[in-house]
Amino acid sequence: MAEVLVFVDHVDGAVRKPTLELLTLARRIGDPVAVALGNGAADTAAALAEHGAVKVLTHEAAEYADYLVVPKVDALQAAYDAVSPAAVLVPSSAEGKEIAARLALRIGSGIITDAVDLEAGDGGPVATQSVFAASYTTKSTISKGTPVITVKPNSAAVEPAAAAGAVEALNVSFSEQATGTKVTSRTARESTGRPDLTEAAIVVSGGRGVNGAENFSVIEALADSLGAAVGASRAAVDAGWYPHSNQVGQTGKSVSPQLYIASGISGAIQHRAGMQTSKTIVAINKDAEAPIFDLVDYGVVGDLFDVVPALTEEVKTRKG
Amino acid sequence: MSLRIVVTVKYVPDATGDRGFADDLTLDRDDVDGLLSELDEYAVEQALQISENSDDDVEITVLTVGPEDAKDALRKALSMGADKAIHVEDDDLHGTDAIGTSLVLAKAIEKAGYDLVVSGMASTDGTAGIVPALVAERLGVPQVTLLSEVAVADGKVTGRRDGDTASEQLEASLPAVVSVTDQSGEARYPSFKGIMAAKKKPVEAWDLSDLDIEAEEVGLEGAWTKVASADERPARTAGTIVKDEGEGGKQLAEFLAGQKFI
Ligand SMILES: Cc1cc2nc3c(=O)[nH]c(=O)nc-3n(C[C@H](O)[C@H](O)[C@H](O)COP(=O)(O)OP(=O)(O)OC[C@H]3O[C@@H](n4cnc5c(N)ncnc54)[C@H](O)[C@@H]3O)c2cc1C
Ligand SMILES: Cc1cc2nc3c(=O)[nH]c(=O)nc-3n(C[C@H](O)[C@H](O)[C@H](O)COP(=O)(O)OP(=O)(O)OC[C@H]3O[C@@H](n4cnc5c(N)ncnc54)[C@H](O)[C@@H]3O)c2cc1C
Repeated sequence: MAEVLVFVDHVDGAVRKPTLELLTLARRIGDPVAVALGNGAADTAAALAEHGAVKVLTHEAAEYADYLVVPKVDALQAAYDAVSPAAVLVPSSAEGKEIAARLALRIGSGIITDAVDLEAGDGGPVATQSVFAASYTTKSTISKGTPVITVKPNSAAVEPAAAAGAVEALNVSFSEQATGTKVTSRTARESTGRPDLTEAAIVVSGGRGVNGAENFSVIEALADSLGAAVGASRAAVDAGWYPHSNQVGQTGKSVSPQLYIASGISGAIQHRAGMQTSKTIVAINKDAEAPIFDLVDYGVVGDLFDVVPALTEEVKTRKG
Repeated sequence: MSLRIVVTVKYVPDATGDRGFADDLTLDRDDVDGLLSELDEYAVEQALQISENSDDDVEITVLTVGPEDAKDALRKALSMGADKAIHVEDDDLHGTDAIGTSLVLAKAIEKAGYDLVVSGMASTDGTAGIVPALVAERLGVPQVTLLSEVAVADGKVTGRRDGDTASEQLEASLPAVVSVTDQSGEARYPSFKGIMAAKKKPVEAWDLSDLDIEAEEVGLEGAWTKVASADERPARTAGTIVKDEGEGGKQLAEFLAGQKFI
């Protein structure tokens, strides 16, 4: 079977879930060959093998952390040259899309970004995109070169499938551009202990209706009772009530959880762009006319400061 | 010393209108109003601030690749305070994909002359967020993208990129390509004076031949991607909506339990 390159998103060797989803999708079109770069690259091998990687190409160098994007493009291109794959799949993070785009240009290929599904077609992989704030679904193919496709988190259920996962060192020589943009300092984000927003099965979000940073504890309590991640609308973020890294929407994170609960959020088009593909949508809003109610599977018209704490109590009781 | 900034701005369909596809599966531009992509207003704003904070002579050129009406996007940027505009317009551009767009932009930027390119983080229609990286790759200059803070001094651009796991400070020598996020600072409204002044500012019109680009390299025919189908998402079936009369939280818990979330 044809080989498919899969770019690995990992933190010091811990593989992030979107990569495991990619491996699942990659198996529909070929044999996944994973490319893991930077600190801890070789430590990714066991998890990748469990999810179908026939081979894991690794390379560690300080350049990956010290310079922006281009060293990773150089490495992915080296892997491409070594493998001659039938397709290249990259997780749809901001950085992932930039890496994929530059690779596509270098190898003379088209690129499809933010696919939400992938299947084998007669003329190569067919990618599904969810566009215009999820109001349209398109299917696209690549008409020139080797398909380069980035895939959004939560686009496939992770299915383990044991494979060899043989680790091989990748030979990389960096281009002149590799050291063009220096990372002069890096501040790691503090972990909240909650699930990652884009990976979480349940997301509980608050908006302007939460009315203050201190009140977000109401949203957090519900999230913790459900084991959920916390999201926020841009209005809440702009007001300084919650960090931007938790913003859901067009210019924040795009999430696609099993369950999305919006409290005090009106449902502006830019917010919907980031959550409309959630499987089940619930909203709590005191305005019965709020556009968010057009999307919901279940809505409660009411004051979030009554409804959310009551729900949290009920969840805790039921979970015992 | 002087600093030449080119700001790339896209003309997009209004997101609050009924966006859709035409018969050839390209963007339907007839049935919905267009405007300057809101996220490119942040790019114009940062270019203006770089200019205001600079001791050098700064010239800001706004550049768009798009149909005739895309002039509206240029006018808006000029009325915010940019100095001049370039409109690349050609019938053969219809249906160009991201790779093709980056080719046209890179050639136009080279022809215009530049020390710094400033772009938005993503368009509000295609939303790929890849054009700035592609332009940097084509120009062979550093990309300093997705900045929530940007400054230029002593031939260097510096900025802050807030990523998923960390916040990074970045630095590169000019010439460079920058893109800025909507965290970089509110864009100013054009003043009346700005709107009047914009009417007199020069707008150059270039076509593919001005940029030595062949028709086959761009447009629907030249695109390296192909849209096979576009279907409107079926409306969600109307959900259950209850009014909270003291039991709203409990009723919601009941629903969530029924769906096995609890
Ligand atoms: C280019 C661009 C990009 C954008 N990107 C994003 C994005 O990524 N994400 C995003 O969210 N927005 C984004 N926006 C902003 C978006 O247009 C809206 O302004 C924003 O989503 C509104 O947030 P909100 O729903 O919290 O606030 P509002 O629209 O003010 O709604 C607040 C809601 O809370 C309800 N409420 C108030 N008090 C209570 C209470 N006690 N109990 C229950 N309900 C209550 C009100 O009835 C109201 O419906 C973007 C805008 C632009 C122009
Ligand atoms: C719904 C939809 C989905 C699409 N999916 C794909 C796809 O998967 N692959 C693909 O190759 N093409 C795709 N396209 C086509 C793509 O939108 C155009 O090629 C577009 O010109 C560039 O991509 P973008 O809009 O995603 O820009 P982005 O990469 O999101 O734009 C980033 C920045 O680049 C600058 N910029 C972008 N376009 C222009 C322009 N025309 N003039 C001046 N500056 C500009 C702006 O500063 C902008 O803020 C899609 C289009 C639509 C409408």
